[in-house]
Amino acid sequence: MNSSPQKFEDLSATGDNTDGGSLTVEQAIANLESADLGLRFYAAWWLGRFRIGKPAAVTKLIAALEDEADRTPEGGYPLRRNAGRALGKLGDRQAVLPLIACLDCSDFYVREAAAQSLEMLGDPVCIPALIKLLVVGLQGEQLVSHQPDLSQPYEAILEALGTLKATEVIPLVKPFLEHPIELVQYAAARAMYQLTQEPAYGERLVKALAGERLQLRRAVLADLGAIGYLPAADAIAQTLAENSLKLISLKGLLEHQVNHITPSTLSEGAIKVINLMDSLL
Amino acid sequence: MNNSDLAPVLIRAVEEADSSDRLVDAVQELAAAGIEESVPTLIAALGYNNPGAAVAAVDGLIAIGEAAVSPLLELIDDYNYGARAWALRALAGIGDVRALDTLLEAAKTDFSLSVRRAAARGLGTLRWHQLPPEKVESVQTQVLEALLLISQDPEWVVRYAAVTSLETLAIAIPAAVNNAATLPDQASRITNQLQQMLDTDADLGVRTRVKFAQEKIQQQQHQEVFPPKRKLQETEVEVPHRGGGRR
Repeated sequence: MNSSPQKFEDLSATGDNTDGGSLTVEQAIANLESADLGLRFYAAWWLGRFRIGKPAAVTKLIAALEDEADRTPEGGYPLRRNAGRALGKLGDRQAVLPLIACLDCSDFYVREAAAQSLEMLGDPVCIPALIKLLVVGLQGEQLVSHQPDLSQPYEAILEALGTLKATEVIPLVKPFLEHPIELVQYAAARAMYQLTQEPAYGERLVKALAGERLQLRRAVLADLGAIGYLPAADAIAQTLAENSLKLISLKGLLEHQVNHITPSTLSEGAIKVINLMDSLL
Repeated sequence: MNNSDLAPVLIRAVEEADSSDRLVDAVQELAAAGIEESVPTLIAALGYNNPGAAVAAVDGLIAIGEAAVSPLLELIDDYNYGARAWALRALAGIGDVRALDTLLEAAKTDFSLSVRRAAARGLGTLRWHQLPPEKVESVQTQVLEALLLISQDPEWVVRYAAVTSLETLAIAIPAAVNNAATLPDQASRITNQLQQMLDTDADLGVRTRVKFAQEKIQQQQHQEVFPPKRKLQETEVEVPHRGGGRR
């Protein structure tokens, strides 16, 4: 989980209901083709935020991945970014190939959004394309020499490869544990845990919960929730961060527990996590 | 030094703290002293946008208890929703029934999910024995209606908090009242709501919490059938532990 504002949209401590009441589903879908670029940009975000998975929405969002009208002075593609982010939330596999194509986009943020959404869609067909992007940061088994290397959205790529269980990439992920940017290190530790299940990588994240910067502690909470690392439960409950974020993180642990047991009984671990969550409400 | 000498010293330490860590330490010390004069300072600490200090202040306010209720209720109208959420957590921890209307209002209508969450939790931690016996049933019905409503909140964490309170309410009903006329109805409404959530809630975490609530309610009913030797005292009505988020 990276710490870009968009990622926090659903989990900021203030993550309060954005009132979408002013827009209907039909209007939002129609607005994707509005002459007003601002309306298009907002509609793409809105369709993702409210999980409007209608075929018409998906089709138009996929078309928006090739938009040329909405450009920033630096050459970025705002509408493509929002369309890319929305398609991850809608869970429609039709978006997989168009999103893979976005990994070649000249705009860093479009590549990042595509990697994040491909992670959410969970289709392993994107693994080779993600690897291609990851190795941009490597010379053999080491990081490229000019550091910090910010040329690719490594955080999102590493997280996607971990979630997709691409165990063949372990040797390529490992060097990123030494990346000068902490968030990239965490993403690598998170992926390594998912790929190897070795507690050492989970512990590395737990240690980071005691770090100085709130921004980083927030990111680690999201990482631990994503990997469901049960031994982190107490550390999560005690870290200095907003309760909303701790609750989301612990929910990740809880759901991980429930996924791994027979549906008839709650494990000791699940009950422990529930009691911690109750104490944070 | 006795308490009346200690209070100004500890309060000054909070006011003069010049770093985030020092503030947390100073608030923790003030909270641990449990002095009534410190209430305004502890309440101010809820609004510093410092989670560590706020957690410590909430613990201190809960320990002080009833004397903190009125000032906390006044704060709820504050513009700062961060502080409002912490204030509601403190009220939920104290469980004073004077907070009832505030909790109902906040749980149903507040725009901030952290405020709704804390209020939903607080509706389940009220100390029923503070009410005159003839009022208990109507208030419980009011709380139940509110909980059924917020069990449908769009945010998972608010629904989760509502489940914890449906659980404590289901357990409190037999303990608190002796009017059997409407009780089975209240209990069965809770049971039905929980089962419906188990079957239909979109969120696995919420469904898991429902299952846990159902188990606890069943255990308690089992005890009703085979009552323990001791009579259940009011003081044994479980007040959820407030975890202290400390490093």
